[in-house]
Amino acid sequence: MIDRRQFTQLAAALAAGCVALPGFAADPVRVAFIDPLSGPFAAVGSSGLKQFQFIASEINKSGGVLGGRKLEVVGYDNKVSPKESLIQLKRVIGDGIQFIVQGNSSGVANALIDAVEKHNEREPGKRVLYLNYSAVDPSLTNEKCNYWHFRFDANADMKMNALTDVIATNKKMKSIYIIGQDYSFGKAVAAAAEEFLGQKRPDIKIVGNELHPIGKVKDFSPYIAKIKASGAQAVITGNWGADMLGLAKAASDAGLEIPFYTYYAAANGITKAIGAGGVGKVRLVGEGDGNPISTAAWRDVLKRFKAKYPDEDFTQPRIANTIHMLALAINQAKSTEPAKVAAALEGMTYTSYWGDIVTMRATDHQLQMPIRIFVHTNKNIEVDLDNSGYGLATESAVSAHMASTPTTCKMQRP
Amino acid sequence: MLELTVFSLLNGLVYGLLLFMLSSGLTLIFSMMGVLNFAHASLYMLGAYLAYSISLKIGFWPGLVIAPLLVGVVGALIERYGLRHVHRYGHVAELIFTFGVAFLIEESVQLIWGRQNVDYREPAILAFPLFKLWGTDFPAYKAFMLAISIGIFIALLVVLTRSRVGLIIQAAITHPNQVAMLGHNVPLVFTGVFGAGSALAGLAGVIAGPSLGTFPGMAAVLGSIVFVVIVVGGLGSLAGAFVASLLIGMLQTFAVAVDYSLEDLFKAIGITTGQRSALSDLYTVTVAQIGPILPYLLLVLILIFRPTGLLGKREV
Amino acid sequence: MSALAPARTRTTFVRRNAIWWLALLIVLLLPQLARSGTSIAVLNQMCIMVIFSLSYNMLLGQGGMLSFGHAVYFGLGGYFTIHLMKMASGGGFFMPLPLVPLAGGVAGLLFGLLFGSFSTNRAGTVFAMISLGIGELIAASSLIFVKFSGGEEGITADRTNLTAFFGATFRHELQVYYLIAGWMMLCAWLMYRFSRTPVGRMANAVRDNAERAEFVGYSQKHVRLLSFMGAGFFAGIAGGLFAVNYEIVTEETVNLVSSGVVLLQAYIGGVGFFAGPIVGAVVYTLLQTLLSNYTEIWAFYVGLIFVATVMYAPAGLTGIIMMHLPIYRAGKLRSLALPYLRVGLPALCCAIGVIGLLELLHFLSVRAVGQSIKRLFWVRLDVDQPLAWLVFAALALGGFVAARRMAPQLVSAWDAASRHAFAGRER
Repeated sequence: MIDRRQFTQLAAALAAGCVALPGFAADPVRVAFIDPLSGPFAAVGSSGLKQFQFIASEINKSGGVLGGRKLEVVGYDNKVSPKESLIQLKRVIGDGIQFIVQGNSSGVANALIDAVEKHNEREPGKRVLYLNYSAVDPSLTNEKCNYWHFRFDANADMKMNALTDVIATNKKMKSIYIIGQDYSFGKAVAAAAEEFLGQKRPDIKIVGNELHPIGKVKDFSPYIAKIKASGAQAVITGNWGADMLGLAKAASDAGLEIPFYTYYAAANGITKAIGAGGVGKVRLVGEGDGNPISTAAWRDVLKRFKAKYPDEDFTQPRIANTIHMLALAINQAKSTEPAKVAAALEGMTYTSYWGDIVTMRATDHQLQMPIRIFVHTNKNIEVDLDNSGYGLATESAVSAHMASTPTTCKMQRP
Repeated sequence: MLELTVFSLLNGLVYGLLLFMLSSGLTLIFSMMGVLNFAHASLYMLGAYLAYSISLKIGFWPGLVIAPLLVGVVGALIERYGLRHVHRYGHVAELIFTFGVAFLIEESVQLIWGRQNVDYREPAILAFPLFKLWGTDFPAYKAFMLAISIGIFIALLVVLTRSRVGLIIQAAITHPNQVAMLGHNVPLVFTGVFGAGSALAGLAGVIAGPSLGTFPGMAAVLGSIVFVVIVVGGLGSLAGAFVASLLIGMLQTFAVAVDYSLEDLFKAIGITTGQRSALSDLYTVTVAQIGPILPYLLLVLILIFRPTGLLGKREV
Repeated sequence: MSALAPARTRTTFVRRNAIWWLALLIVLLLPQLARSGTSIAVLNQMCIMVIFSLSYNMLLGQGGMLSFGHAVYFGLGGYFTIHLMKMASGGGFFMPLPLVPLAGGVAGLLFGLLFGSFSTNRAGTVFAMISLGIGELIAASSLIFVKFSGGEEGITADRTNLTAFFGATFRHELQVYYLIAGWMMLCAWLMYRFSRTPVGRMANAVRDNAERAEFVGYSQKHVRLLSFMGAGFFAGIAGGLFAVNYEIVTEETVNLVSSGVVLLQAYIGGVGFFAGPIVGAVVYTLLQTLLSNYTEIWAFYVGLIFVATVMYAPAGLTGIIMMHLPIYRAGKLRSLALPYLRVGLPALCCAIGVIGLLELLHFLSVRAVGQSIKRLFWVRLDVDQPLAWLVFAALALGGFVAARRMAPQLVSAWDAASRHAFAGRER
């Protein structure tokens, strides 16, 4: 009796679910955005989705793809869970969508790249292309590289390469402290820092190499005390989110005056929280453009985005590259079939809104791009972050050629 | 070395006393009603967010007074309309209820204030370094936190041991039926204590928000540590909570400073370990890496060997 | 007499296990109804959660032990299974996929023994706290001991690369479904049988009055430990099936969120009944995977449902269904239909009103400038106009008041029906 009721319940719910699922629309070319839209990381995820949808609407305004079809970015909430991402991937495939974009969490990226590879191999009629716009674990374009995966952000090694180039030019720098979150990305940053500094400036001493549990440290002042005690002249960290915030605040509170070279110390409330305490000290290595804005076209995009979403910033310029290059590849291939689009993407050169020329390297599907070092400041900031008056000013730039790192990728092509 | 020790001591003290402010409320509630309030950390979070909103509209100092009061009211309501209703279903149901309430409060906060970090700052009047030792500043705000925590401890001690209300509360902890027979409104006392405990949690949130950050995950980050504190200190013992908070605060702060791992110990004795072995992670992990999880180790050990905790008298 | 006896035993055997046969039939036929890839994925997740929740209920419902760290055994089972899959990959040794979850089960059993040896000394709050501590420890350790757990990225394996099982390589989701469903039926049946063994019965006794159970001659600790190990075993199997289904195991399988989820599932379903966790797992999985497609605040709704269950329906959904069983048997269920409708309709309006207000409130904190239209209940609403707010507020308030007005007649109808249902028994 119980089972009968269960059965009716289940059947009814499933029926409702199947009916309510979006139908197969032949007209727009849909792109699935698989990232957190609820839970603790929802802010980053929903911000990314807005950025994607904004640029997609720009593309649609100038004619769309394949002669008039609209580009549509649809959000699928994965709650930063690898398991949930796999379920969403199944949904995406069931909905007939052929392109997925994802970026938050290298853990999810690893799960997806594996799942996409298996799926494309087991069901070649329903292939999916995976555009990674933010997961920077280097292994995704090295040991784990895959024909169906394209990365549009500079990976952790490339960023460290650029960063160490800049640090190497500072002759007065003699000691550096590395601190990071204890997981694959934090370890990758530390390993890359040690390796590149060892190559370029063996005289720089790494006076500390610290890993702390991710998301568990409430008070960073003990770590700051250690950094002070070590006598380091600069700090390198890949921390993000609450960990970056805690570290920056503790440093500011303790009056630590040395520069912090970070990957993610801006936006999503962090710029505002760092505020005056970080001016001239907190630096960020990354792609995209800083202040002053390089082109009128990019300035226009930023202003219009701000007008539409006053509480958001266009924090991930690489998103613009991702969706534009996808649209270009679809048009070049004259089809949405993933194998053809992938072939068109390989080796593609594109000029971004802010004037950077980026190339999709065919060997490992890693986008080659110039990388900049930005500094947190409130002087001459045309476009600020978090509506705080503080923003990122471009301090130095490393060309795409210099930022490039070799790859061990041995890709199997279909 | 000395600089590191002194600052670790100071930071450990501040962090430990903050833990005490949180756990004192929880201890009181547990002493009275025998229920471990899972929602305590979420009330801490609610206090911080409310203070943030108040500080935007009116100012930090009014927030310091109003936010804990509001949280206290929320706590009293939870007790009156929720816990009392669930009490009849037993201890397990009460525990599960507070667990559900914790979840609900966290989701409500995210519903209203969004999921970003909010910029809850200390007041400008306290944003200066109090003193400078060996080139590192000690912020005045931390001293403020210290002062408030010590003040709360003294106030609690005085109220519980010297005031009439305190005596009734102490009596109701051990002999609720007799106190009721003497004519006191014991259910009201319960509600009051729950509300006061929640207000303490809210106050901890108001104070810690600018320092430790105000973001949706803040309850999760501090929540389990608070349980460790009250269990280690001894359920029902306020003095035990004080000792345990300081102990754990110092433990976590000092552990970060220790960069040694088992491998270093082995090397000192003369054993070399293989790099590729499956357990190599066990050897190479440093004390600093596991610093934040040492309290849980302590919790498990205490529960095995001394379930009453350090200073507790009650068996659970 | 003896000639009749065997015939009677045969019919009663089938009759006695009718529910199990029916369940088996449903499980076998379900994929025919829900063919899409998503549905199979949801069904797989549901089956895994059913085993997990049933194992949890061995602790909570049957043993009275509230654990906040049960996901430890689930996750450890998953890790051991996926490592086995990696080792057996490429046909290294004979290991057909269907046997693989046993590795998870054994791991769960052994760790259950290890942690249970000191956890089960006492029940109640101390047990809960120890389980919380162990849960946190293991979750944090899994990020530190990277060789075993793969750190944040987890460990992956390929399930199609093992020894073929009668020709099946499990490339297709449907084959995986039948594997998981088969294990689910087996585990559910085994757990049910366990609850009927002397150990299972004594576990109930220890739950109700541990001291008295000791006086009967059973060590409360041993009984609890056996339940604990059993629960660990089945949780490990569930973890193994997770590894088979997703081909990846990450830290989220051992963390406190997973432990919390299984507690939620078991409780919402009803811990006092064997089938309770099954209902809870099904409902929660549906809420989580389907509801999140329609609203961003689905977690809030789950929280509300959970708190409401704890406060007003502590016997869970199954409890509510079982409440109606005597009335159904007495044939009086139809008399409740109209009263339920009279209360249910206003209650539904109230629910719609509350949901609407919550969704509008949430929309205010996430919208873009100039974006004032929100799609809700298939209607486009303007957030800036008071109309939508007033309508939902009216629905909420009006529905609430009307439902309360109608409540007494439902209560009296219920009383009348119960009297009929129990009248026979009293005689």
